[in-house]
Amino acid sequence: MGAQLRLLRRRITSVRSTAKITRAQELIASSRIVRAQQRMQAALPYEREITRAVTGVVSNAASVDHPLTVAKDNPAKAGVLIVTSDSGFCGGFNANVLREAEALRGLLEGRGLAVTPFVTGRKGVTWHSFRNREMGGSWVGFSRKPAYADAKEIAAMLIESFKDENGIDEIHIVSTEFVSMLSQNVVVKRILPLEVEETEATESTTIPPYFEFEPTAGDVLESLLPRYVESRIFTALLQSAASEEAARRRAMKSATDNANELMRVLTQQMNQARQAEITQEISEIVGGANALADAAAGKE
Amino acid sequence: MVIAKTVDGEIGIMPQHAPVLGVLVEGGVLRVKREGEDELVAAVHGGFISVADDEVSVLAEVAELGSEVDVAAARDALDRAQASIEANQEDADAAVEAQRARARLRAAGEEV
Repeated sequence: MGAQLRLLRRRITSVRSTAKITRAQELIASSRIVRAQQRMQAALPYEREITRAVTGVVSNAASVDHPLTVAKDNPAKAGVLIVTSDSGFCGGFNANVLREAEALRGLLEGRGLAVTPFVTGRKGVTWHSFRNREMGGSWVGFSRKPAYADAKEIAAMLIESFKDENGIDEIHIVSTEFVSMLSQNVVVKRILPLEVEETEATESTTIPPYFEFEPTAGDVLESLLPRYVESRIFTALLQSAASEEAARRRAMKSATDNANELMRVLTQQMNQARQAEITQEISEIVGGANALADAAAGKE
Repeated sequence: MVIAKTVDGEIGIMPQHAPVLGVLVEGGVLRVKREGEDELVAAVHGGFISVADDEVSVLAEVAELGSEVDVAAARDALDRAQASIEANQEDADAAVEAQRARARLRAAGEEV
C-alpha cells in the first residue's frame, strides 16, 4: 500500500471518531435544553408575582424611597455582572457575552466610571484572570444548572457593595437571553439602582388602585426589593443556562456536519489514490510482460 | 379562607378582602381552608403574601406542603438545632433552624 493511501486512511479514522464525539455532545445538549427550558418555565410564576408585587408597592407608595431605587449623585464606580458558561464547546456563546461586556465597559468608562467586573462561569473568570483584570467577585460551577441559592449569593454580594458608601454606584448585568432554540441574544440591563420593569406577561394584569401594607410600605419594600434583585439574577442565570446548551447544540451540529463533509472528501481522495495505484500496478505488469515478450521474440 | 402569619401577627383573608401586601415570618404555618375539601397546610419560610383582585399569592423563599413533610427528618433537625442552642445561646442560625423545623412539624400536624 502506498504511503499516501495509508495517510488518508488514518485521517478518515480520526475524523470519524471526532464526528462521533461531536454527535454525542449534540444529542446531550439537545436533551439538556429541554430541561433548562423547564427550569425557566418553573421560575416564571415567582418572577411574575414578585414583579407584580414590586410594581404594586412602587405605584401605590410613590413617596417611599429606598436605597436600592435611588440613583446616587455623581456615580464614580460601576459593577458589571457577566454571565458566562463553565465549559466550552459552545461556539461563540462566551465570546459574544464578553465582547458585549467590553463594549459596556468602554461606554461606562467614557462616562468617567471605574468598572469592576463580577463574573460567573469558569470561561469568563479565566478570560479575566488571563488579562490580569481584577474581579469584584467570581462564581463558578453552576452555569448549567443554577440554583436559587446561587442567585441569592450573587445578589447579596452586589446589594452589599451597592449599599456601601464607597462601593459601587450602579450595577449592570450582561447575559444571554433565550428567545428560542435558534436565537439567543446578548442583553445588557441595569439592575441597580432598580428600574421596575414590567415583563410582557404582567402587562395584561391590572394593578389595584390601593394596597394595604403589613406592617408598612417601607418595611415591605425593604424585604421585597432584595428578593426582586435575586429573582432578576436567577432569571438571567436560567436563561443563560438554556442559551448555553442551545449554543452548544448548534456548535456541535455544525462540527458534526463539517466532519461528515471532511470524511466525504477524504474518502474520495483515498479512492482516487487507490485507483491510481492499481492503474500503475497494471501498467507496470503489462509493461513487464511486453518487455519479456519482446525479449523472447528477439532471441528467436 | 387563607390564614398566614406576617411579621405583625396572624392575618386571615376571606373572599373580597382588600388588597394587602404582607411580609411573612420565618417558619410560619399557612392554612388554606377550602369549601368541601380538606384544609391545605404548608410550612412557609419567609417571603410575602399579596392579595389583589380576589386572588391570594404567596411568594415564599422556601415552602413545603404539610403532607410532604418528612416528619422524622424535621424532628431530627429540631433536636439538632435545640442541642446547638443549648450549647451556644447566641447561635442565631440554630434558632432559625429550630423555628423552621417547628413550622414543618406543625404543618404536618405533629405536636411540638
